[in-house]
Amino acid sequence: MARLGMVIDTRKCVGCMDCVVACQTENDVPQGYCRDWITTEVRGTFPHLAMEIRSERCNHCDNPPCVTCCPTGASHVEKSGGTVQVTAGKCIGCKACISSCPYGARYVHPKGYVDKCTFCLHRVKDGKDPACVSVCPTHCMYFGDLDDPQSKVSELLRTRLWHTLLPDAGTKPRVFYLT
Amino acid sequence: MIEITTTRHNPMIDPALHVWGWEIPVYLFLGGMVAGMMVLAGWHMLKVLRGEAEGSFAVQTPILGFILINLGMGALFLDLEHKLYVWRVYLTFEPTSPMSWGSWILILVYGLLAVSALIRLDEAWPWLAQRVPLIGRASRYLLDRPGLVGALAALNIVFGIALGIYTGILLSTMVARPLWNSAILGPLFLVSGLSAACAVVHIAAAALPGRRPAPAGMIAGALSALVQPLTPQYPPQAHAVSLVRFDQIFLAAELALIALLIIGLASSNASQIAAAGMLFAGPYALAFWGLVVGIGILVPLALQALELRHRIPHTLVPALLVLAGGFALRWIMVQAGQASHFINAAAF
Repeated sequence: MARLGMVIDTRKCVGCMDCVVACQTENDVPQGYCRDWITTEVRGTFPHLAMEIRSERCNHCDNPPCVTCCPTGASHVEKSGGTVQVTAGKCIGCKACISSCPYGARYVHPKGYVDKCTFCLHRVKDGKDPACVSVCPTHCMYFGDLDDPQSKVSELLRTRLWHTLLPDAGTKPRVFYLT
Repeated sequence: MIEITTTRHNPMIDPALHVWGWEIPVYLFLGGMVAGMMVLAGWHMLKVLRGEAEGSFAVQTPILGFILINLGMGALFLDLEHKLYVWRVYLTFEPTSPMSWGSWILILVYGLLAVSALIRLDEAWPWLAQRVPLIGRASRYLLDRPGLVGALAALNIVFGIALGIYTGILLSTMVARPLWNSAILGPLFLVSGLSAACAVVHIAAAALPGRRPAPAGMIAGALSALVQPLTPQYPPQAHAVSLVRFDQIFLAAELALIALLIIGLASSNASQIAAAGMLFAGPYALAFWGLVVGIGILVPLALQALELRHRIPHTLVPALLVLAGGFALRWIMVQAGQASHFINAAAF
């Protein structure tokens, strides 16, 4: 069974926000909301500064607190691909998943249910990349099966240095940032 | 130095999480209070059955508890964003979700309080019993079977403790909120609920000094139901003193648990140390120490101690302060907890 994940090369990302706009268009994200976003982190003291630009989204964690806390099973791990999804028709809008997510990846859709990045499941089922990956002008985003040693994402994680977001939270994120 | 900027701007998420407003603190407060009332009522019901105590104020406490749990669940419902789908909670049981446990506990508590309330409902609300003869029959059925009342008492204690602890565990399992990540929160909310229960029973007893027959009307009837067994005199000294003594124990335990909560957080990782710091500096610090610890615990403890030593007359002031402090505890923990967040370890 596939274990889908994303690898983002922070050395290539320029923070153009094409991924953000592509997601909003593809998924009809309501105005004023976003499923993915750009974070810019600057470290050091002038003039010795280092900057990392990241395209962030739901990390589709291996140990997702949003799934374990959901009282209805609306938040669930999809059988094929192991991504974290929300079934709108089961969600009661209690917001426990939002409180338990260390990444702030979820929001309440104006229609009342909780919404977030789906890794463009509908596209992935058709053999396509998620919208954000497909439009990236610098080709800094990679998507594939982390359990397949032949996949591009596995190869990058073997050969490059990487980090995940807030590893201390114990959520085992599946979005990796190459440094 | 680290400077982080983000383009994210989702309502209720940014700049700091604020998905839960007044509804959740109100629900946690009322739920905890009802939990405490169930424990007190169950314990007293057992004493009455054994002949160790007179009266049956605790047998009638479930009537007020039933009203309060309805208010609490109403607040919880108002908080839901997808209200029409609330029934989905009861089509499944998710063992890893405290909220799923809580939803089922609430249903059991609801039924338990309803049955417990039936014991004295015909006496408390004669106007209702006259219209629905079934209530009178149910009351007599229960009163004729001490074994059944004993079982109800034991269940009240068990589910009261479960409900009280659950209100804290609900928050403490949220991995992303370091201020809540403490197992102490369960016992703390339980003890705070017990203390609030003493206060509300005390207030209800004093607000309507014994009258027979019980006045008509829903609210007055419910309040007088609590007072009935305390008749004929205005709250007998023994009852007031016993409630105050209980409250002293609960308040002292609450103080100790707050200290343990802070010690636990302050001796943990960077995120939890920062969360503990929120109680010492920033917008929540004064409210926490002033309202929760000062006005809600220390002042009532001192006043009650003076009352018990007959230095000052018994008043409702400590009970009112305890209720204010109990509500402030939920309010501040819910709001500050949402503002607390994981800190990137690399920042240190």
